[in-house]
Amino acid sequence: MKRTRPPRVVTEATQAFSFARRSFVLGGAQLGLGALLVGRMGWLSVAENERYSLLAESNRVNMTLVPPRRGWIVDRYGQPIATNRADFRIDLIPERLRDRDATIAALRRLIGLTDEDVARILQDLEDARGYQPVQVATNLDWDRFAAVSVRQADLPGVAPVRGWSRHYPDGAAVGHLIGYVGPASAKQYEETRDPLYITPGFKIGKDGIEKVLEDRLRGRPGAKRVEVTARGRPVRELTDRPDVAGQQLKLTIDAGLQLYAARRLGNTSGSVVVIDTLSGDILAMVSMPSYDPNSFSDGISHDEWDMLSSDERIPLTNKTVQGLYPPGSTFKPATALAALRAGVDPERTVNCPGGYQLGNRFFRCLGRHGPVNLHRAIAKSCNTYFYTMGREVGMDGVAAAARELGLGAEYPLPFPSQRYGTVPDPAWKQRRFDQAWTQSDTLNASIGQGYILTSPLQLAVQAARIASGRALVPRILANAPIVAPPLDVPTERIGLIRSGMDEVVNGAGTAVRSRLQLDGIRMGGKTGTAQVRRIAGGARGGLNVPWKYRDHGLFIGFAPVDNPRYAASVVIEHGMSGSGAAAPVARDVLTYLFDPPQAMETLSRFEAEWGGDIETRMAAQAVAWKAAKAEPPPAEADADTGRRPA
Amino acid sequence: MRLSIVPARIAGAFPWRIILLVLAIGGFGLTVLYSAAGGSISPWAFTQGLRFAVFTGLAIALSRLREEFWSAIALPGYAITLVLLFAVELAGAVRGGSQRWIDLGFIRLQPSEFMKPGIVLALAAFYARLPIGQIRTITAVWPAALLIGMPAALVMLQPDLGTALMICAGGGVVMFLAGLPMRLFVGGALALAAALPIAFSMLHDYQRNRVLIFLDPEADPLGTGYHISQSKIAIGSGGLFGKGFLNGTQSHLDYLPEGHTDFVFATMAEEWGLVGGVLLIGGFLLLIRWGMRVSARAPNRFSRLTAAGLASTIFFYVAINLMMVMGLAPVVGIPLPLVSFGGSAMMTVMICIGILMSLDRSARGMGSAR
Repeated sequence: MKRTRPPRVVTEATQAFSFARRSFVLGGAQLGLGALLVGRMGWLSVAENERYSLLAESNRVNMTLVPPRRGWIVDRYGQPIATNRADFRIDLIPERLRDRDATIAALRRLIGLTDEDVARILQDLEDARGYQPVQVATNLDWDRFAAVSVRQADLPGVAPVRGWSRHYPDGAAVGHLIGYVGPASAKQYEETRDPLYITPGFKIGKDGIEKVLEDRLRGRPGAKRVEVTARGRPVRELTDRPDVAGQQLKLTIDAGLQLYAARRLGNTSGSVVVIDTLSGDILAMVSMPSYDPNSFSDGISHDEWDMLSSDERIPLTNKTVQGLYPPGSTFKPATALAALRAGVDPERTVNCPGGYQLGNRFFRCLGRHGPVNLHRAIAKSCNTYFYTMGREVGMDGVAAAARELGLGAEYPLPFPSQRYGTVPDPAWKQRRFDQAWTQSDTLNASIGQGYILTSPLQLAVQAARIASGRALVPRILANAPIVAPPLDVPTERIGLIRSGMDEVVNGAGTAVRSRLQLDGIRMGGKTGTAQVRRIAGGARGGLNVPWKYRDHGLFIGFAPVDNPRYAASVVIEHGMSGSGAAAPVARDVLTYLFDPPQAMETLSRFEAEWGGDIETRMAAQAVAWKAAKAEPPPAEADADTGRRPA
Repeated sequence: MRLSIVPARIAGAFPWRIILLVLAIGGFGLTVLYSAAGGSISPWAFTQGLRFAVFTGLAIALSRLREEFWSAIALPGYAITLVLLFAVELAGAVRGGSQRWIDLGFIRLQPSEFMKPGIVLALAAFYARLPIGQIRTITAVWPAALLIGMPAALVMLQPDLGTALMICAGGGVVMFLAGLPMRLFVGGALALAAALPIAFSMLHDYQRNRVLIFLDPEADPLGTGYHISQSKIAIGSGGLFGKGFLNGTQSHLDYLPEGHTDFVFATMAEEWGLVGGVLLIGGFLLLIRWGMRVSARAPNRFSRLTAAGLASTIFFYVAINLMMVMGLAPVVGIPLPLVSFGGSAMMTVMICIGILMSLDRSARGMGSAR
């Protein structure tokens, strides 16, 4: 049922009352909305103030990043290995550029830009966003820099900048050790989206320690702050935010020794690693030939790159951690250690008739040594003795001893790629080749041939562990912990191996020509010659075969022999023999540690013969390479003679 | 409402209080315009100051007129304004594009501005003449709807969404106060809510965009949402006390668009902070409250409705502008009266104030007739 409402009687009085009520409601609504507006404004300006202040500030201030100064890298005595050098650079600020073509033409005249430079600059200007500077030229000399600087007022948008560039005082000697820096790649920028990566003058570690310890070396960028309008017009310069330099990095390296070893390697392709046997400190770690990290950091030319990558001495590889070699006879101390650990009497003699008969196969020795004990076996590098011991102990025992000495291991070091090589055992062969381990495999491994592969760094660790009797872990950062637990073998037994190695150099051994010319300091060591390819009939890869098939020459050693302080490994690729090529280098490098003047004198004689120091020879090589490139390639034999090892 | 320092006799004769309040708001506005120009009286503060002086004079002149004058010209004035709106629409149709003014050579006349007080006066006059018994019948509704609908539709065609809204709102307030049945407004509100999607589909592209951007300004921070975003940044970064006079960066570095016109409040808030904002909003609320009191004191229906309607018109200006500036409403292009640079809104609001003063004066002149 529908309810019918009586029509409301409207009079002047009810009307006035209704008006009063409704206008009160209206006034209330107005006041309410007013309160809402005040509340809203309070919310924006008080509660959200911080957020909006930041937004206003990021509107107002345009920041140009200033690349941070990279942390120095210094050696154990604080001597600089990598530093920063003032660098005069010219940038363009696209926003401020008024007449692009005229400006570039003026710059071209003032600092001599090439057509390629101009094309690159134009391309970068196209890609540049807002205030992002575009690099015009770096590494300018003062005159050209000044020529632009004095005309800066007439060239809006041109910004002469005094920046920093990386400098390595020892050049190629530290190339592989330290690495180099360079502009970040487009890919790195895409990954991080960090505007610093596209800031002119910013360099990122590209290899070696520079790359691995990038985070510690980089520092924090500073900023040039400019107040700009919405249209990007600069209004005034604000106070700059200074950069925070990266951390200084102290290495265990002895820069003098590093440089000496690099120079002493001469024109050979090889490596030297020296380790302090008290702490495991790596004192030198050299791989030659090398590249000059200075020219890499400035941006290497196409020619230079071609030359380096086509060199058969592989200057782009750090051989100390990436080169793998059969250790040859330098492995024999490990086999000796395995025998001692198995309880073999060191005085027991094995008769060497010039080889070892296994079934119907005869494994040759280098000579006919007659009856040999452990001491004489090491001194004479008698294969027969070690064949016998290897077979008695078994491959598992030999491999365990090799690992005890640090072979086949990767160490906690800041290098981008370390290869850990191979210490083979029956299980490994089964896994790797699906074949059973044979007795002849054991014989080959016992003298450091066959499947065994080691890096020069591992060889140096092996030498250091024999010298110290401790399982030293190599370290290169001065603040890394020292790890040196004792080896799992009685001290006097290790002493037997050391005395054999003393005999090698100072008695009737294979390296007597390389004994130290120092009063009261003797060097102990072990030579090794490793076959590059299997040659029929037991012939060695000597002078009669092309360079790249010649045997590698290896040497491990330590000094002083009675109270070891330093251990070293030297590997000379295709050096033909350990005693001829590697041991003399070890002798001179260790001499440098005890008597630098004597060592320098030896070196200067060699360098006079080779044609100058590293820099001079590299420059000469570059000139020769360019000349050769211009002409048809010379005959193979001619190219080879220049590379004959010293 | 007694001002103690001014003798009562003079206070009755001349509306000191309200003139001072208007001068305070306008003066503050000029200060903000001076800063918006980077600390210069040109190009805005000086011109605006002249206008302000002229229109204040106009308001005082209008205040001398008697209530009967307004009652008499209400409907004819409305008719003339409506014809002018037609004329603008015709001229626009001929010339093409959006046309809001008639160019008389020396001044660009914007008839839609006159319609804001015009609709209030016309409706007040209509309800004053309507026999009191018919207020709850259909006779009270359709003529009013027609009076509002015609100018609103014409202004919408220009297209000027903001002004159309204000005409509807001003008319609606008068209808509400006239005592029309409550269900009409509730029903109307519901119908409006239902019609919103349809109305939205009929909007121009740029208007629709503004509404969409209002709902999500961050969706297009560099395009249409830029205004709202930058305005909020300016207000938010001002904090409690602001960045200080002449120190606003959003306005001085041109990040805030329309910082001297529609978004002048943001310019002010950046430099004067919440304190300045509260003072300005408080000033406007005082002005509007005065208008509502004039209405409450008014001796007859026409004065009551006119005063409340004009006060509400000023209120709508302020409220819509501030909501728009603070990101609570879409950008519809309503300036902040007395503060924004520009003559039209100032003229309209000064006319409103002038009529209010005139009605106040008439009420006082008649003593305690009621």
